[in-house]
Amino acid sequence: MDDERKEPQSGLTRRGFLKGVGGGLAGTAVLSTGVLTAPEEAQAAGKVLGPGKVPVALKVNGKPMKVEVEPRVTLLSALRDHLDLTGAKLVCDRGECGGCTVLLDGRPVYACMMLAVDAQGKEITTVEGLAKGDRLDPVQAAFVQHDALMCGFCTPGLVMSVRGLLNRNPNPTMDDVKRACAGNLCRCGTYPKVFEAALAAAKMQKGGA
Amino acid sequence: MAVAWGKPEERYLTGHDAPRVDGAAKVTGKARYAYDINLPGLLYGKILRSPHPHATVKSVNLAKAKAHPGVKAALDFEKKTVRYAGEEVAAVAAVSPDVAEEALRLIEVEYERLPHVVDEEEAQKPEAPKIHQDGNVRPRKDDPQIRGGDPDPVFADPGTVWTEGTYRTQVQTHSSLETHGLVAKWEGDQLTVWTSTQGVFGVRDDLSKFFNVPAASVHAICEVMGGGFGSKFGAGVEGTAAARLAKEAGAPVKLMLSRHEEHLCVGNRPSSVQRIKIGATKDGRLVAFHSKVYGTGGIAGGAGVPLPYVYESIPNVKTEHTDVRINAGSSRAMRAPGHPQAAFGMCSAMDELAEKLGMDLLELCRKNESTQNAIRLKQYEIGAERIGWGRRNKVPGAGPGPRKRGIGLGFCKWGGGGGKGTSAEVVINPDGTVESKCGVQDIGTGIRTIVGMIAAEELGLQLKDVKALVGDTVLPPGTGSGGSRTSPSAAPAVKLAAASAKAKLFEKLAPALGVTPDQLVAKDGKIGVAGDASKVFDWKSACAQIGSVPISGQSEWAEGLSGSGVAGAQFAEVEVDVETGAVRVVKVVAVQDCGLVLNRLTAVSQVNGGVIQGISWALLEDRIMDRPTGLMVNPNMEDYKISGALEMPEFDVVVMDMPERGVIGLGEPPVIPTAGAVANAIYNAVGVRFRELPITPDKVLTALMQKQA
Repeated sequence: MDDERKEPQSGLTRRGFLKGVGGGLAGTAVLSTGVLTAPEEAQAAGKVLGPGKVPVALKVNGKPMKVEVEPRVTLLSALRDHLDLTGAKLVCDRGECGGCTVLLDGRPVYACMMLAVDAQGKEITTVEGLAKGDRLDPVQAAFVQHDALMCGFCTPGLVMSVRGLLNRNPNPTMDDVKRACAGNLCRCGTYPKVFEAALAAAKMQKGGA
Repeated sequence: MAVAWGKPEERYLTGHDAPRVDGAAKVTGKARYAYDINLPGLLYGKILRSPHPHATVKSVNLAKAKAHPGVKAALDFEKKTVRYAGEEVAAVAAVSPDVAEEALRLIEVEYERLPHVVDEEEAQKPEAPKIHQDGNVRPRKDDPQIRGGDPDPVFADPGTVWTEGTYRTQVQTHSSLETHGLVAKWEGDQLTVWTSTQGVFGVRDDLSKFFNVPAASVHAICEVMGGGFGSKFGAGVEGTAAARLAKEAGAPVKLMLSRHEEHLCVGNRPSSVQRIKIGATKDGRLVAFHSKVYGTGGIAGGAGVPLPYVYESIPNVKTEHTDVRINAGSSRAMRAPGHPQAAFGMCSAMDELAEKLGMDLLELCRKNESTQNAIRLKQYEIGAERIGWGRRNKVPGAGPGPRKRGIGLGFCKWGGGGGKGTSAEVVINPDGTVESKCGVQDIGTGIRTIVGMIAAEELGLQLKDVKALVGDTVLPPGTGSGGSRTSPSAAPAVKLAAASAKAKLFEKLAPALGVTPDQLVAKDGKIGVAGDASKVFDWKSACAQIGSVPISGQSEWAEGLSGSGVAGAQFAEVEVDVETGAVRVVKVVAVQDCGLVLNRLTAVSQVNGGVIQGISWALLEDRIMDRPTGLMVNPNMEDYKISGALEMPEFDVVVMDMPERGVIGLGEPPVIPTAGAVANAIYNAVGVRFRELPITPDKVLTALMQKQA
């Protein structure tokens, strides 16, 4: 079960996050706004970033990308609103639905629950980065073939969750698949076809049917 | 030339499995929803909503918000009274979503609170706060209605066996994953909107009326959309607000609601409290029915339920209905409006009556099924066999514990007919490319694929050879996608348009082949003379003969290719853990007709989806209103539960193909019978009747303890 959980794999723990907030409150009084701070340097010096924009370097789908955003900007907003990578969706905005799932170093995370500044130095893969040109990833191909999508709004998130599962477990059982998809909500009711597609994709990438 | 669906063996696309034509776009993130539209200089709109369930708005001061450097436009909805927590008060457009949020906090609103009521029973009391001047209780016109004779003397007859129960269904929110909203961009008097809608023409006309500009000056686009389920027809307050803000700011504005707003403000399935009394002769012939129902659609909107349901031809029927207003967001159409509620009440009542009669429920249903409805009888036969109806507990609750199994039945009916108001155009270009155009919307059902596949098949081509275009007001006008009307309206129009284009192409080609047009056939990507293999053009060289102007075939929907009226039956097997109260649906057998099956792959998906929403409504979903504060306490996706991967049962879906009936819609019927089937299965498992949805573990445990006591 443990490796199915989608926690930001940034080294952030709940306790660490709370400690950070405490420091932030103490530090705000001495901050001047609107100054760009080099985030890594600032972090190293124990300084608090923002509230003005800071440069953020992200590696998305194998390409280095730079954005200047306020430190409060989530990874999801950086991708969608600043890099025009709109595949990941904001649906619940609070880590309940998985519509924003992307891979961080190959593992699924909720991009709405993570700050862009914390995703630096990680390999970020979005749904746009799976296909090689026109050649779909086996997970994507299986989703299309098995009609594992209806309105399609939850689909990028589910594709990434299944991709994440197959990255760490190339031979999943039906129960593995269900657990891997348990953090993604779909309103149209594609789940049974998603399960079919996930198992078919596992077979496909082993060179089966 | 009469156009007809060919024989099943001749149809190589319709009736088969076709992966969606927009599947690749959706799995790669390339599909652009309204929510995904980014434009240069785009501003973000947000709406300030009343935090109070009922209040007079004394004043609204936008000055501080407007003074914020990131705010580019602000507006006041000029409300005098707000009637539910969430009603629109003001709106802003700003350079980022965060700044817009900040700006909302700078708007100063002075409210004078008024007493509120959010409980439909309380709202009917004479001392309840009045939501509208004419009161909270709105009986149906001509209420009560009596059909046939008065049922009361029949119930009093000692020869009548009857049962009575009160069945309650909760408010359900649509919970579409893409929220309501649009992106609005003005260029002079021309307005373009990218909108998440079930009806681009409806959105266009709303905006054209609102701004008093010609309809032709508004362009509404909905390439793909993230679910609507009945809640997304007009432009909505959020849509007109986005366009107002864009106009004021002189820049495009994106205004998409938050999840919180989505739960509160843009529709829901109304509640129902159904007191049902139903009686039969001792041999199981239904003779008397009386229902007294009320429900709430919030501050407006009806809460009607079609009772008696399915078994309508009871000789003595009396129905009473009242809509009740409360301080909550208005109901809107939601997937088969009224029907799932009525089906839960009726399926439960019939199950109770069957037990009292000492009959099997299926036998009672069969006995009262009109002989014309051979389809439902067939569905009962198929479903009973596949679920193993004989495995049902003869004595409810008698199975071994602690996880007790049971099997139940639910039934439904729906219209789903096509109609006038939908047109299509099929264009054959000189380079051989083909476009099939119809201004309906793909709300996730797969109509885009159907619009492509029908044209392709008529022209002897493959699906990939045709570009299907839907969801745009530049296309031939189409129906709003609701009522399960899209396929039966669009399919005939496309078929006829393609036939017309084909006829025009044949006219061009016939002289070159030295034949008359009626001797030509389009097959396997070729056009040739029937029975003469030497006289043939491949598709590309055939189209090269067209000349410089493409061929256009156009048609409106016409009679003859679509039908109306479906039945439907579902059988559910559940497992109830009597120690935890948890209900798990183990298996659902869904047997559904829809006339001619167009795309078997997406048809099965529709049925899966209906069943899943039905399970979700039966066991999980509930809009919970807090009486003291008048607020919804669970306006998110964690506390408002919808079914997830771990709740999925085994599915056995049977979509009956009945080509002779023409195309009939399939979107709505599969959501209807599920809750009734699940509730009846729970009774069969534990021998305790649950008359209130959702059937949550707390209710199950409480009821089981009461039974023991």
